[in-house]
Amino acid sequence: MRLERRAHVPLYLVIVAPVVAVTVALILAAGLIAAAGVNPLTAYAEMVQGAFGSRLSMTETLTRATPLILTGLAAAIAFRARLWNIGGEGQFFMGALVTAWVGHSLGLPPVPGIAVLLVIGMAAGAVLLAGPAYLRLRFGVDEVVTTLLLNFIVILFVGLMVEGPLRDPMAFGWPSSVPVDSDFRLPDLIARTRLHIGFLIAIAAAGGVWLILARTVFGTETRAVGLSPSAASFAGISLPKNLMAVALFSGGMAGLAGSMEVLGVTAVVTTTMSPGFGYAGIVVAMLAALHPAGVVAAAVFVATVFVGADAMSRATGVPSFIADVIVALCLLTMLVALLFTTYRVQR
Amino acid sequence: MSPVLELDGITKRFGALTANDQVSLTLGQGEILALLGENGAGKTTLMNILFGHYAADAGTVRVFGQELPSGRPRAAIDAGVGMVHQHFTLAGNLTVLDNIMLGSESLLRTTSSRKSARKKLLQIAERFGLPVSPDAKVSRLSVGERQRVEILKALYRDARILILDEPTAVLARPEAQRLFETLKEMTKEGLSLIFISHKLHEVMAASDRVSVLRGGRLVAERKTADTSAEELAELMVGRKVERPVRKDHKIGAPVLVAKSVRVEAEGEVKLDDLSFTVAAGEILGIVGVSGNGQASLGALLSGLAIPTAGTLTLEGQDVRRLGPRGVIRAGVGRIPEDRHSEGVVGELAVWENAVLERLRTPAFSTRGFVRQAASKAYAAGLIDQFDIRGAAPDTRTRLLAGGNMQKLILGRCLSISPKLLLANQPTRGLDEGAIAAVHSALLAARGAGAAIVLISEELEEAVALSDRIQAMVKGRLSHPIPASAADPQRLGLMMAGVWTEGEHAT
Repeated sequence: MRLERRAHVPLYLVIVAPVVAVTVALILAAGLIAAAGVNPLTAYAEMVQGAFGSRLSMTETLTRATPLILTGLAAAIAFRARLWNIGGEGQFFMGALVTAWVGHSLGLPPVPGIAVLLVIGMAAGAVLLAGPAYLRLRFGVDEVVTTLLLNFIVILFVGLMVEGPLRDPMAFGWPSSVPVDSDFRLPDLIARTRLHIGFLIAIAAAGGVWLILARTVFGTETRAVGLSPSAASFAGISLPKNLMAVALFSGGMAGLAGSMEVLGVTAVVTTTMSPGFGYAGIVVAMLAALHPAGVVAAAVFVATVFVGADAMSRATGVPSFIADVIVALCLLTMLVALLFTTYRVQR
Repeated sequence: MSPVLELDGITKRFGALTANDQVSLTLGQGEILALLGENGAGKTTLMNILFGHYAADAGTVRVFGQELPSGRPRAAIDAGVGMVHQHFTLAGNLTVLDNIMLGSESLLRTTSSRKSARKKLLQIAERFGLPVSPDAKVSRLSVGERQRVEILKALYRDARILILDEPTAVLARPEAQRLFETLKEMTKEGLSLIFISHKLHEVMAASDRVSVLRGGRLVAERKTADTSAEELAELMVGRKVERPVRKDHKIGAPVLVAKSVRVEAEGEVKLDDLSFTVAAGEILGIVGVSGNGQASLGALLSGLAIPTAGTLTLEGQDVRRLGPRGVIRAGVGRIPEDRHSEGVVGELAVWENAVLERLRTPAFSTRGFVRQAASKAYAAGLIDQFDIRGAAPDTRTRLLAGGNMQKLILGRCLSISPKLLLANQPTRGLDEGAIAAVHSALLAARGAGAAIVLISEELEEAVALSDRIQAMVKGRLSHPIPASAADPQRLGLMMAGVWTEGEHAT
């Protein structure tokens, strides 16, 4: 048995691959659910019910999907250019921290205030990734290591801030930052739910990323750099400039995710505000085969797993950690599925 | 001669493409069989089937009378078939001995029998006349030496039939000649050989028998003594192909002037005291044995390398520090040495590659957005004008055959009527038809007044196309001689570095 490169990857395979990957991941996770003494079919039914069963649960799923779309885009942009940004989690927290900090006492009217806060959230994420990108360009330091380790540094820094300078004295001892000014909260998309207009901003961002990658000079150059750095460089594309631009763009998206989560959902920054949005963004990007439209679909799926698992856990007693297991399994099965979309098995 | 190897009715299809169609071959004991054919004729597929890398759709392979199970490389190795690939499969950070032992020992054994392996290796090296030092690191060996290690690796596994895929593709001519002498010696030791090639002169020089493949079919078998290069060329291509001939014409003013240029990279002097001039309507041929600085000269003229000393002017303008984009803007067309790694991005569409170099010009983008319609129309024009077959603007570029990919790169360079054209090994790996097309395109550019620097390891090509020739040796250039004065002996001396410094002038 050997693998042969496909001359052409048909569109149906691009769509079928993630579906098959997810199915296989769910079958594998079913084993664990069964081991916890619960019928997997019941558990998955509870999960779907929990994620889509009511108006409230549906909006909750989309609320969860919002940051995942953005961290998914962050990973997709970076991976396209072969910048291995594993630091989405850190960039998310950096965006959240700066937004909460500045948003607590920003003397601006609501609309410009929100715009400013979103932009500085993006900037915070972008700056955080610029460092590793610079180290790679200047000294060849592997960005997988630097971005991954920065996540822990940033989260610990957030912990330091919410225990110290940014601590909210009204939070009854919970480590939480002071809240942003209520003027700057993102308006609800649907009244009396947590779904905020950030969801639309995330969808628009996916559209924007698609437009930029497919239609602009920068996007075309980025794809060329990612596919063949030597040919791109021969054609006169500056690899360092392109990589730095990609880093700022990618970090900006993850920072925006954090910023919107604060303005739209939590109002404060805490070290527990993310169930791993940054890491899950990597799975989202891979399930989407790095395509912006796929990112939206994959983000909704991963949000379904997160939200549904909580409900399932309440109903059946299976620990909600199963959500993390399913998401991680999806990454592994998707990597295998991608192998089969690029290559054909030849006997 | 009893046949040691028989292929019978081998057929292999890849989707709609029939790569091998009812191909039958025999190889006699102690024989050298040349498998001749253009790129894409099915030579490599056939050998991959023999070696078990692919399973044939029909047909059988017999080695020493035993039928091989299909699709199992191990079976071929065990039966005594060894393969030397065009691209070597050696680990550079290991020694020669390590590389040779690699894969020949069971993973489960806890002791490694280096001592007996070394003994066996030295015996084989002695017997077949392939001297090596077992403890040398492979990364420090020359290309010719690495190939020797590859051959030894096969012999170490007791190969009695050796298949060499394009063995001279990476060798300079003296190394190639030495290889063929060695191969002849090896047949006296009872080995039987198949070598795959599309170069007529080496087939004529080194084989006993020739099988010609075209379009997946075996079209002819000849005893080498009974045929001629002309006949083989026609059999291989399927029609008469004539390369275009350079006609004398008036040469214009100097375009590119290099004076005492020096290039250093990675702490080494790559090019030293380089002086040359190319005039409008002139082709300057740079000949030399591979690895003598041609890649650095290519990088210099492409804008990828910046000289540390000397001057480089294009129509009087300093072009030392322009970088690739600036060089393109200054009117330089560039055909890179390796079209796959530098010339095109294989996964992008043909139209994207057509405009990639000039994406930021108003012709192909406005306000940061790519002008897709204009770009595709431009690509369609190139496809039409340069006869790029099998391509539409939206085709993935990697699906193009080598010759068509090269025509795309050529077209992209020539469509801007370059002042200077760099052609670095422009016909490497191309078949006869494509070579003729590239040559006529270069001569047409010369006729249109471009100054052309042709870097080539093919002497026939350099002599046929160039107005003047300089040889490159260890990063330095000989004095130029007119092509009319370039006989093989003189060029050979120049390429060996024999020239008098007094003549060293531009």
